[in-house]
Amino acid sequence: MRFGVVVFPGTWSDCDFHYVVSEVLHQPVKYVWHRDRNLADLDCVILPGGFSYGDYLRAGAVAGRSPVVEALPEFLTGGGLVLGSCNGFQILCEAGLLPGALMRNECLQYRCQSTHLLVENAETSFTRALRPGQVLTMPISHGEGKYHADPETLRMLRQRHQVVFRYATADGQVTRAANPNGSVENIAGIVNEDGTVLGLMPHPERAAESALGGTDGLQIFQSLLGSLVEDGTFLKR
Amino acid sequence: MAEPKVTIDLARGLGLTADEYDRIIRQLGREPSYTELGLFSALWSEHCAYKHSKVFLRRLPQSGPHVLQGPGENAGAVDIGEGWAVVFKVESHNHPSFIEPFQGAATGVGGILRDIFTMGARPIALLDSLRFGEPSDPRTRRLIEGVVSGISWYGNCFGCPTVGGEIAFAPEYAGNPLVNVMCVGLVRADRIFRARAEGPGNPVFYVGNKTGRDGIHGATMASATFDEHAEERRPTVQVGDPFTEKLLLEACLEAMATGAVLGIQDMGAAGLACCTSEMPARGGTGMDIELTAVPQREEGMTPYELLLSESQERMLLVGARGREEELRRVFAKWELDAVRIGEVTAGRELVVRHGRDEVARVPIEALAQAPVYDRPFAPPAWLAERHAFEPASVPPPEDHGEALVALMASPTIASKAWAYRQYDQQVGLNTLVLPGSDASVLRIKGTRRAIAVAIDGNGRHVFLDPRRGAAMAVCEAARNVSCAGGRPLGVTDCLNFGSPERPEILWQLAEAVEGIAQACRALDLPVVGGNVSLYNETVRPAESTTSADPSDARAILPTPIVGVVGLLEDAALLATQWFKADEHRVALLGPEDVSLGGSEYLWTRHGRVAGRPAPLDLEVERRVQVAVRSAIGAGLVASAHDCAEGGVAAALAESCVTGPAPLGCAAALDMGARSDHVLFGEGPSRVVVSVPPERAREFEALMAESAIPWRWIGTTGGARLRLRVGTQTVVDVGLDRIEHAWRNGFERHVA
Repeated sequence: MRFGVVVFPGTWSDCDFHYVVSEVLHQPVKYVWHRDRNLADLDCVILPGGFSYGDYLRAGAVAGRSPVVEALPEFLTGGGLVLGSCNGFQILCEAGLLPGALMRNECLQYRCQSTHLLVENAETSFTRALRPGQVLTMPISHGEGKYHADPETLRMLRQRHQVVFRYATADGQVTRAANPNGSVENIAGIVNEDGTVLGLMPHPERAAESALGGTDGLQIFQSLLGSLVEDGTFLKR
Repeated sequence: MAEPKVTIDLARGLGLTADEYDRIIRQLGREPSYTELGLFSALWSEHCAYKHSKVFLRRLPQSGPHVLQGPGENAGAVDIGEGWAVVFKVESHNHPSFIEPFQGAATGVGGILRDIFTMGARPIALLDSLRFGEPSDPRTRRLIEGVVSGISWYGNCFGCPTVGGEIAFAPEYAGNPLVNVMCVGLVRADRIFRARAEGPGNPVFYVGNKTGRDGIHGATMASATFDEHAEERRPTVQVGDPFTEKLLLEACLEAMATGAVLGIQDMGAAGLACCTSEMPARGGTGMDIELTAVPQREEGMTPYELLLSESQERMLLVGARGREEELRRVFAKWELDAVRIGEVTAGRELVVRHGRDEVARVPIEALAQAPVYDRPFAPPAWLAERHAFEPASVPPPEDHGEALVALMASPTIASKAWAYRQYDQQVGLNTLVLPGSDASVLRIKGTRRAIAVAIDGNGRHVFLDPRRGAAMAVCEAARNVSCAGGRPLGVTDCLNFGSPERPEILWQLAEAVEGIAQACRALDLPVVGGNVSLYNETVRPAESTTSADPSDARAILPTPIVGVVGLLEDAALLATQWFKADEHRVALLGPEDVSLGGSEYLWTRHGRVAGRPAPLDLEVERRVQVAVRSAIGAGLVASAHDCAEGGVAAALAESCVTGPAPLGCAAALDMGARSDHVLFGEGPSRVVVSVPPERAREFEALMAESAIPWRWIGTTGGARLRLRVGTQTVVDVGLDRIEHAWRNGFERHVA
């Protein structure tokens, strides 16, 4: 499976995703410069964490209008998958590829800590290796990760099973105390209607080796590998 | 705009003395121009020239088999094997952080990051050592919030993890907080870059951010004592842009990889003036520069302003002649300015032009060789009274358990999670041990190796005995690294003191440097770089109830901060400080000698800073560290934790509650003295370890071989901490109470 890791000016999880894909998963991977529009030789594009363009406007606002992001709809139409983590999730929302928005954390401070995620939808290309109700441990590291959407959007998200991960306690209770940033309904990660774009605030690449404290994040990558069928298309459900 | 006329009064106003002004005239053979006077005032400032400390710093051991770069460059470097080197340095940003805490701390992070990546290294870790007044003071709370959020903003946005550090509180820092930041970078050992201008005819490039009027005379500001007008100096504090710094990092590393970069230096203190004189000074050359070519973000800047601006995120780079286009292309990719502003010359002179005008022509040596002062120093008269303290004169606590709970809630000992959860700790995928243990551990990808890093200092110990206290700081930082399983390879130090123009402060500095030198020699640790921050004083008296001498009330506690980097040859064999499982045996390694003198307990419970720290035997220290590392390396210990503030009782309590799940302990301590002294007295060279019972025999054999004092003191298990002194159980407290005190002791003031 061929991965591309996008590099914007100010991206910093690019090397980490690249490392996990090449050294842990042993899959082909290359960096994609933010001005590139040619994604034809890729199966999955990763938008990593960081502060693209310094995030001096809104987080992800400038990157959401960059050439590589403008090329994503065509890439998706061609059967590709897109994974956005942290700043990548913010960029996907800003680009309109995912609904809703990410706002400043409720505590008004940056948060770097371990979180527990309740798996709500295990029938996407990104979560096939998981089971609903499973609890994953994954770190977050952001200042603007409070997911927000209007009531109508939230209703649609629920109805179409687009909420993939919610912040929860270690035993899977979705509580206010388990919510690290004030996200509405504890939402930590969502997919688009087609299930081809995943955005999440936590960092799966930081939970891919036991030496670094866990391998729960790896299951997202393994889901992706398991979704690729021999003719090069993806299992969607 | 007409330039001010150069007079001796103008020179004084810029921080130069009458003697220094005469010396400038002698060296030039004429009166300096206004621009030249600006150059001298910045480069001869204490901050840039180490005028008062140089005579002492020469005593530090600076070489060793692992040293690839010692002091005198942007940062030091040590070899960690398999072709890799680590570059590291600690620097202070105390003065700017008091005037404007957020930007002051942020640009402190920015400055030290640049020092590391100018060496060609990618920054992989930041550590901060912070000192504030008591956090119950609302003014101090604002400083803490500003400093921590400034560090968080800059480090997180740039993308370098903050993996450790320490925060301590004392009233002496209320008017002058300390912000010391250490950065560690990784580089191939044969690809280290240096800040030299070599090869006459080679082009000099200005790269990075544009120059504005911010931070003019920052170096001079950092070389003076604060007065009531300190806050009016806010314009001398620089403004940071971590995004541009990140671009500058990537562009510089990419440019270096082309082979077209010959030398590079960060424009830090004294900006362009500093780079254009230090780089040729190191290279034995001269430099000719044209200021109108400097990218500017404000109009009408004078030559004086352009040379002395401390605008951030800028570098001066000497390129290889004929390869200018390659360099321009790399910086253009990252959307940064890279402008040729001059060239290296053979003339040993700095020539500065502004269009048609020659605004400065100064011999490089004159700028680089600031006067060095060997001023008189003498121990303070009040020290004898502090030493006269009799430990038995303080009443013992009625309940030692309650005293321990209170001690764990002391902001200096309590958890600092409130601060470090605001810092990204993991970006780069190297952090094997996160903040919250004695040392943090980072793996070196592509090898089995890892490095352990720690930073430490205890101002009260140094205040009461500068030589011993400073030696203890080196030992503690090294011991922390050893407790993680790392063999200490090198030291960086930041010497934070008051005004060197007062003999008793200079005595503290002289003694402290001697202590650092002695400890480093005993532990075979070279000092490869660092920083001196003097004039940490305010006229606002500290709200200390302990000051015996009114003039002393103004200075901070003398605070040498020591950073140590160590090597683990096998990253799998690392240790953390918390207990791991029930029924493990607990041992205390090291001497019995402890003292309440200068202890956290004596301060928090009795409000006193008095007595003397316990004796330090450097040979015992060395052997204890070797023993701990051997035990960790042989896989015999499940945890190792240094005894520091709060004594052995606090160390045991920390091993119980600082891990992922609390785990109790019952221990018996020898009755060498009164129970409060045994429990809370502080002493060097002591480590608490836990050993799985099946490894106890091997551990005993190893300790016997190590020839150190040690004894079994207890067993892990349960949900309480029980401590016996002699035959009497003096502490029996539920871990929930200890944990609650420890988790909230600091956070309750700031959250």
